[in-house]
Amino acid sequence: MSDTVRLDHRTILDIIEPGARVLDLGCGNGDLIYFLAKEKGARVQGIELSEEAIYRCVEKGLSVFHSDIDSGLSEYPDHSFDYVILNQSLQEVKKADFVLKEALRVGKKVIVGFPNFAHLYARLQLCFVGKTPITASLPYRWYNTPNLHFLSVSDFRGFCREKGIQILSARFLGTRRLVRFWPNLFALNAIFVITQPA
Amino acid sequence: MFAKNRLGIVETKFFEFAESPRELVLESGQKLGPVTLAYETYGALNSDKTNAVLICHALSGDAHVAGLHPDDKDPGWWDSMVGPGKAFDTDRYFVICSNVIGGCKGSTGPSSVNPKAARPYALSFPIVTIADMVHAQRYLIDHLGIEQLLCVAGGSAGGMQVLQWVSSYPDRLRAAIPIATALKHSPQQIAFDEVGRQAVMADPDWQEGDYYGKSQPEKGLAVARMIGHITYMSDASMEEKFSRRLKDKDTHFKFSTDFEVEGYLRYRGDSFVKRFDANSYLYITKAMDYFDLSGDKLIKPGMAVSARFLVIAFHSDWLYPLYQSQEIVRLLKRRHADATYCEIRSTYGHDAFLLEVEEETHLIKHFLDKTFRGYDVRAHDV
Repeated sequence: MSDTVRLDHRTILDIIEPGARVLDLGCGNGDLIYFLAKEKGARVQGIELSEEAIYRCVEKGLSVFHSDIDSGLSEYPDHSFDYVILNQSLQEVKKADFVLKEALRVGKKVIVGFPNFAHLYARLQLCFVGKTPITASLPYRWYNTPNLHFLSVSDFRGFCREKGIQILSARFLGTRRLVRFWPNLFALNAIFVITQPA
Repeated sequence: MFAKNRLGIVETKFFEFAESPRELVLESGQKLGPVTLAYETYGALNSDKTNAVLICHALSGDAHVAGLHPDDKDPGWWDSMVGPGKAFDTDRYFVICSNVIGGCKGSTGPSSVNPKAARPYALSFPIVTIADMVHAQRYLIDHLGIEQLLCVAGGSAGGMQVLQWVSSYPDRLRAAIPIATALKHSPQQIAFDEVGRQAVMADPDWQEGDYYGKSQPEKGLAVARMIGHITYMSDASMEEKFSRRLKDKDTHFKFSTDFEVEGYLRYRGDSFVKRFDANSYLYITKAMDYFDLSGDKLIKPGMAVSARFLVIAFHSDWLYPLYQSQEIVRLLKRRHADATYCEIRSTYGHDAFLLEVEEETHLIKHFLDKTFRGYDVRAHDV
């Protein structure tokens, strides 16, 4: 496995079992599912909104649907996939709670990766400079960000508690390695594995 | 275009079958025979016969997809997509296309001579459906000794035939590429077809279809084609192509062709009647209107889908709108088919499937390569 593979992709690779059925919501250029198919023999399917990204996926030999994920899951029967992945896409959809609910319905497990808005640098910028934070995981300016939702590790935990969603495991990412302590303060990104108990 | 990307001179061949008493039994229960299919092939069939691609043509198309006929200056109707190094790469694949039954380009249709009556069938030709057209194609594929097609591809009515292949002969194809098409015609699509048919039938020269040896109902067929062309373009593509430009410097203040768009439609109508049979227009549009593979009809309940799919639609296509392709995709998702769907941004309207060559090539080339070589994902990073 090459070092050039993104840390979040390597982290997700460690989570899934060989041959798993995977649906990636907002798969972009397909780098993650390509990696999962190649390294783990996962049976992968992507959904992506950008036409340009669809071409990149097809080049890799991936099967993808050109669609937005806010309306994209109703045809899938319950538990159609071992994993549904929402990596860096949940914060960009319109109805995050609805998309999560749908993902939990069609996936036995859901992997959610998102930038942590409560990272130390973000807090400092907001507190002392009074400006919208810009961090390694939140690199955009207020006027060009694709993000519609800003959430922290604690927000996500609270959401799961409120909705009766079970957190199976969580991993917290710094710039180069995993973060062990005080993730809500030190993690740039969080990756949760969740499921909806029957 | 460079000479090396060209197929050069190609020829139409003919396959005859369904002679009495083994006539083709049609969906309506009627029998048709003998049947001739005009077809062309490009490239070479490999020794294990796994590289055959069937291309299905749309309403007014024919078997001549690519290459040149002797003395012709224009190549076949999808020459931009079929040839050495192109989307359907004839250096790798054996490409087949046949004229549909009911057509008028060499295959048996209403303008063919009925051997029992020694005169053209005209309206005594039985109503044929998309399933019947595909049934006849299957005879040709059998005749060519091909057990399983690598792929069946086509746009519009050709896309309907692709879907029909999936429904009728799911084991006979490894991949399907339905482009700018639908599981069934909407009332709007039926309505446009009906206006076209009424235009033909309102022409006094139509003579209840019995015009062979006399004059073809040219006015009516031309009007039908003009309506068709409007539905194949988009508001934006017409603005781009014609705007309100005048043919001459000034308006004439009479009902001659003032605007370029009027001249274009008249030209298209007039050239169409020289190459197409009015009764075939009635039969094929009717077949398209009857077509319906919605619900469980595309993939029978309980059946596993082995074919891979590449579904392509175009943003400005209002004749076969995106929602119709999305409906195909929804069915495929529900049945866990291996499928890719792309909505190509285009302003060309329904015509886009013939014109957006670069985008379609990109998708089809990689899709076919994967199907042919049978990998999960490409072995090396791209």
